[in-house]
Amino acid sequence: MKKELLKFLAFAVLVLAAPYALSGGYIMNVLVFVGINTMLAVALNLLLGYAGQISLGHAGFFGLGAYLSGILTTTAGWNPWLVMPLAAALVGVMAFVIGFPILKLKGHYLAMATLGLGIIIYIVFNETVDYTGGPSGLSGIPNLSAGSITFDSDVKNYYLIWSFTLAVCLFAINLANSRVGRALRAIHDSEVAARVVGVNARLLKVQIFALSAMISALAGSLYAHTMTFISPASFGFNFSIELLTMVVIGGLGSIYGSFLGAALLTLLPEFLRAAQDYDIVIYGGMLMVMVMFMPGGLVRGVPDLVRKLVKPRGGDRHA
Amino acid sequence: MLEVSGITQIFGGVTALEDVSFSINKSDITGVIGPNGAGKTTLFNIITGIYTQTAGKVILEGRDVSGLPAERLAPLGMVRTFQNIELFGGMTVLENVMVGMHTRSSCGLLACSLKMPWAMKEESRIRAGALRWLEFAGIADLADVVAGNLPFGQGRLLEIARSLAVEPRIILMDEPAAGLNSQETLGLARLIRSIRDMGITVVLVEHDMELVMDICDRIVVLNLGKKLAEGTPREIQDNREVIAAYLGDE
Amino acid sequence: MQFDQILQYTLSGLSTGAIYALIGIGFSIIYNSTGIINFAQGEFVMLGGMLTLFFIGVLKLPIWAAMPCAVLVSALGGLLFERLAIRPLRQPTPINIVIITIGGSILIRGLAMLLWGKDTHSLPPFSGDDPIAIGGATILPQHLWILAITVVIIAANKFFFYHTISGKAMRACSYNSRAAGLVGIDVRRMVLFSFVISSAMGAVAGIIVAPLTMTAYDVGVMLGLKGFCAAIIGGMSSGVATVVGGLILGVLESLGAGLISSGYKDAIAFIILLLILFIRPQGLFGKAESERV
Repeated sequence: MKKELLKFLAFAVLVLAAPYALSGGYIMNVLVFVGINTMLAVALNLLLGYAGQISLGHAGFFGLGAYLSGILTTTAGWNPWLVMPLAAALVGVMAFVIGFPILKLKGHYLAMATLGLGIIIYIVFNETVDYTGGPSGLSGIPNLSAGSITFDSDVKNYYLIWSFTLAVCLFAINLANSRVGRALRAIHDSEVAARVVGVNARLLKVQIFALSAMISALAGSLYAHTMTFISPASFGFNFSIELLTMVVIGGLGSIYGSFLGAALLTLLPEFLRAAQDYDIVIYGGMLMVMVMFMPGGLVRGVPDLVRKLVKPRGGDRHA
Repeated sequence: MLEVSGITQIFGGVTALEDVSFSINKSDITGVIGPNGAGKTTLFNIITGIYTQTAGKVILEGRDVSGLPAERLAPLGMVRTFQNIELFGGMTVLENVMVGMHTRSSCGLLACSLKMPWAMKEESRIRAGALRWLEFAGIADLADVVAGNLPFGQGRLLEIARSLAVEPRIILMDEPAAGLNSQETLGLARLIRSIRDMGITVVLVEHDMELVMDICDRIVVLNLGKKLAEGTPREIQDNREVIAAYLGDE
Repeated sequence: MQFDQILQYTLSGLSTGAIYALIGIGFSIIYNSTGIINFAQGEFVMLGGMLTLFFIGVLKLPIWAAMPCAVLVSALGGLLFERLAIRPLRQPTPINIVIITIGGSILIRGLAMLLWGKDTHSLPPFSGDDPIAIGGATILPQHLWILAITVVIIAANKFFFYHTISGKAMRACSYNSRAAGLVGIDVRRMVLFSFVISSAMGAVAGIIVAPLTMTAYDVGVMLGLKGFCAAIIGGMSSGVATVVGGLILGVLESLGAGLISSGYKDAIAFIILLLILFIRPQGLFGKAESERV
């Protein structure tokens, strides 16, 4: 465990020091999104990579957090710091309740059901115009502020978001290496064997689904306060697929993999500005190539590849 | 210790089991045998909460556990192994056994993630306990091997070690000797005897007659979904109906 | 609520339902022979319409030639998809299959967008657009075409699966692929066939509905999902049950959109999907399965 802690500290230091090495509001802005996407990817990874349950509707939870925070802090004028945990809790309860019937499903059926759920949520965002502003979105969401500091610049938002993201990463790493994490991985590998040694697979799956939803909602709230404007387009089926891509490309079951995937998929469109329309094709291609040739994701595939290139073939075979 | 009474199981149009009843004595090693298709694994699946029987009862230490799902039976002291060994392939051998200690530990989602001191203490206890079970099964040197890479025989031992970590009072093994060579089978027999010597009741479904006759105190014979006979190995060996069931009527 | 209105919604619902049925059968055929849900199924529906437009517009083919060409090319696409994406998969776990078929659907959609842009287009209706009155409702000739062609395809399907060797071989694979292999059926070829047939059917569905609902690079997503919903209602049958499923879905959706709210129209299909998956995952007509350990 010491090794894990050191790895995390190194990561945290890199993250916190980055603004000093980089300059320019633009890159900071992008890195804020990397932070939010990392949080979302980690949340999905807990469900998909560890527990092995597919969800194609996570953008819905992200959106719920964003809209709950957005609406309650603008229309109702509530304190954002009170709304954030409330929104996360509400989404958590909702996910917990719907988790029971939904997680009875497996494989493709679960994928479709979560897809359907995500789309229903998206449609609700679009249709409840009186509350959400419909397709034109919701604006005027206040920035967060703590004491005399208002988080209204890219650098300040960077630290705000990444503090939360680092906390979520640490939480997830601890969880993964614990009794509960092992139980999750056991469910993934052989649900029946896990049950036979006493793991309440049904309950645990629902709990992790709810936790994953809560973290996504938290990311949504933070997103709303950072952007000050949200619209349903960011919370649709396409984004759910993007999140899936991040987790798969980074590496299922690896927290750092989620960061890698999130970073790659957030930065890639920036580099592809000129070839913007190609992004869908590239996502699709990446997903397929990844699953075919590097099912463990970049975080395992790249070191493997390097190892293969550095050590000549037949290294550990006997004559 | 365990009583099975009137178990009937009907799948669609097929009656897999019909009115099967027998008792298992505490600290016995009991064998359940029968030709293929007799319903032995189905019976196991019913007893261990994976299927729900169409009719009948399962009583564990005086308590009616009929219909309870598998995860509720482990805390009550019952555990099983699988015919096609079900390992947690992505985890190490040690981690597999640590999962076995799930019901002997309690740190939950929050406590684990926040690394509460008591959770950390529990974690070392789990680790130490798991290692001890690996030693008991004779595979402690494989602790850090990824379970998916284990050869079959050692995978069996791992499954047994994991089951023992539950600290059960009764363990049901589904064809533990399947796929083992004679050397490994002897080792298995020794292991099963030492499990019984710890006071754990053992029930096995098996096809390896030598093993069954060697270690079992009592044998139950199933054929075509019904109980055909029950008794000591000697009695079963001499039973004409049992012989006919295996060899066919001459 | 007037009877005429309800009749109107029901009739147009039947016609969209027929489309969902065709797409749903496509899902079932692949699922039954491989256990895979092909997320990319909807994209072949899209390809049907878009390719027809391409053949008419760019290659200047007459519409009656463009359509079969589009179906053929889509079928080819299905073949390529199976060969390049599905077959080489080293670890065919459900997660990997879901991801690769989603990846495939995104890729196809993206290519369509690059080739043909984001605009919506429409195909001319097959025999004009003079409304026909039935009761107090009106339908378009295209609705009749849809129903007629659907019936023909379902009949052809039935014939193929029950009265030809290849069809029976495919059914054998769906019941027990190992046994099928042992009696000499080339299971891999049957899998390939199932993809080819499904994509062809999807393409036909896309072509016959395009005159009514316009076509664009992204119509595949919703149509695919709703077709899947039809298949689920029908318990993944490649026959009548899914047809009924599609019709029920089409009518409920149409009635809901007309009588309750049109904005939530798409949500209706997904709510039905969730309800069926939660309450009766084996479909309205299927039997419950138990897991073998």
